Amino acid sequence: MTGPLVEVSSLKKWFPLQTGFMASLLHRGEIPSVRAVDDVSFAIRRGEVFGLAGESGSGKSTVGRLILGLLDPTAGTVTFDGQDLSTLQPEEMRRLRSRMQVVFQDPLASLNPRMTIGQAIGHPAEIHMPNLTPAQQRATIFEMLDAVGMSPPEQFYAKYPHQISGGQRQRIVIARALVTKPDLIVADEPVAMADVSVRALLLDLMMELKQEFNLTYVFITHDLATAKYVCDRIAVMYLGKIVEMGDLNDVFESPTHPYTRALLDAVPVPDPRHRRTEPMPRGEIPSAINPPSGCRFHPRCPIAQSGVCDVLDPRLEPLPVGSAEHLASCHLRTGDYLELDPERGLRPI
Amino acid sequence: MTDVLYSIRDLIVEYDTRAGPVRAVDRVNFDIRRGEILGLVGESGCGKSTLGKALMRLVHTGKIIDGELLFDGTNLMTLSERQMRQVRGGRIGMVFQDPMTSLNPVQRIADHLTETITTHEPGVSERAARERSTTLIERLGIRPERLDEYPHQMSGGMRQRVMIALALALHADLVIADEPTTSLDVIVEAKFLDLLKELQQEFDLTILLITHNIGVVAEVADRVAVMYAGRMMELGEVNDVFADPKHPYTQGLLRSVPNISLDQGELHKMEGAPPNLLHPPKGCPFNPRCPEVMEICQMADPGFDPVYEGHLAACWLYQRTPSRSSTGV
Repeated sequence: MTGPLVEVSSLKKWFPLQTGFMASLLHRGEIPSVRAVDDVSFAIRRGEVFGLAGESGSGKSTVGRLILGLLDPTAGTVTFDGQDLSTLQPEEMRRLRSRMQVVFQDPLASLNPRMTIGQAIGHPAEIHMPNLTPAQQRATIFEMLDAVGMSPPEQFYAKYPHQISGGQRQRIVIARALVTKPDLIVADEPVAMADVSVRALLLDLMMELKQEFNLTYVFITHDLATAKYVCDRIAVMYLGKIVEMGDLNDVFESPTHPYTRALLDAVPVPDPRHRRTEPMPRGEIPSAINPPSGCRFHPRCPIAQSGVCDVLDPRLEPLPVGSAEHLASCHLRTGDYLELDPERGLRPI
Repeated sequence: MTDVLYSIRDLIVEYDTRAGPVRAVDRVNFDIRRGEILGLVGESGCGKSTLGKALMRLVHTGKIIDGELLFDGTNLMTLSERQMRQVRGGRIGMVFQDPMTSLNPVQRIADHLTETITTHEPGVSERAARERSTTLIERLGIRPERLDEYPHQMSGGMRQRVMIALALALHADLVIADEPTTSLDVIVEAKFLDLLKELQQEFDLTILLITHNIGVVAEVADRVAVMYAGRMMELGEVNDVFADPKHPYTQGLLRSVPNISLDQGELHKMEGAPPNLLHPPKGCPFNPRCPEVMEICQMADPGFDPVYEGHLAACWLYQRTPSRSSTGV
């Protein structure tokens, strides 16, 4: 099988603030909306860990849900293994769901407190693999428990979520996601609630499972240090748009968009000798209901040029030097106005 | 000679649970020096939040069953609740993790500030309190017009700054900040930490910064204390503890945190989990997971003593005598 596993094309998701006839009457059709995802395009290759990074309101979680078909796009398409999700009949979509699974941030919220671990893991099997005999189902559940390091499986099978630790609960969530042997797992902040010393264990587990089960991950996180540890490629989002995207090493070693630079520099480093070098953007993240004109980042950007950045929408384009797959959305760094970059020539891109 | 603002001796805080008593803080000894930022790190359940609240005698569901809280010469344990109310806010301010639960949703920001000021300083007029609030809020980077807004109209970062303003409004000597940046985005967090450092200089503040984020401590703290299972395991200058961690728990912790500025290989993984505080292990609470465990670790508590001057560790690798020494520095 060739071709990307997931393709997202000109994807938009706008959440209207009010719905219904009266609302559209009051606003003459143009209902104010939260523009959570506003024209996003990318492809996810089979077997990769694709990172979606950003702060609050960036739209990364919404993109995750759109990929899973949990939300319908306002515009644009999501294609999974060549199939446009919007063209599928409900039954076809249901079958496709066994091939894409999700791991959320909070295992206590994701696990039914009244279901045993065995029941929780077995649940997707009941739905998607109804022809398994009880013995086969049990064997599958045991296989999953083993795979996530919960051994011996018999010991955990009959326990309830509250009887195990937070890290172990997240392992159960991962096991449950693996039962249908999916192609894709969307992980939305999968280790954010785990203690620091447990995170490395969970991340390593996820990478081992990727090899063992031939998985592809969408790794959604605001924690860039974690993203650096596991992702192959990464897309940085800001206010509903992708501002930079490329191979992980390229983006982290040569961050080009001013927002990416600030974001990377802001991450606290566990070394007291370390000093930050980038100026932090002015002000705060604006509302996604009425995003700034032109480049969304311009009101906060240290190099924004009036007449260009506040007026024209930048496009995601390759850097002038370096990998053709390293893209950024900045008039002064990858767009048509390179000569206006006040830092041009002063520092490497 | 370092000037000590707050000296904590043999502090024990217990919670009474249905399954029995749990020692959330188990005989902790340390000093907070005037003018420093002391970082207190540990993972969930280590007791750091309980310790922070105990320092203001704000432990509601639990109880301080022993210890001395010598704040600027006065043992807070001897004060009445009425006297403590003057200390809280007036001398010791607190900034919590989630400002939305600390701020009154039906009260304007201005009223939060003026009410705090006039309650603690009855001689101050409403007008004077309002002026003071305005100056303060401007210093914290919030436009004065926003004083008339409600908490929900502000962003998370702004609300946290309001929390600092409340702590500063009464010229508190000590600010206890419990996970102040955990709910903030990383860029907002960076700006907040910069602000904290500026304010510390400008207002001569002493800050106890409680967090699970080791990077945050590295960025702002002068000294760092590490807690585990209700005990303080290590304490020292931040450069010393990061460059040369003495306690095996600190060593494991520092190696398990990803460092974005480095090209790291694998992260260290710590086996096991923190102990059940209902039935803590005999001896050092870290002994079941310790890569350097010795026989004595499973039998007796190590003391919290200096490895060298200014750097303490609770570990048999460095101790000769069992615990009961109360030499916090």
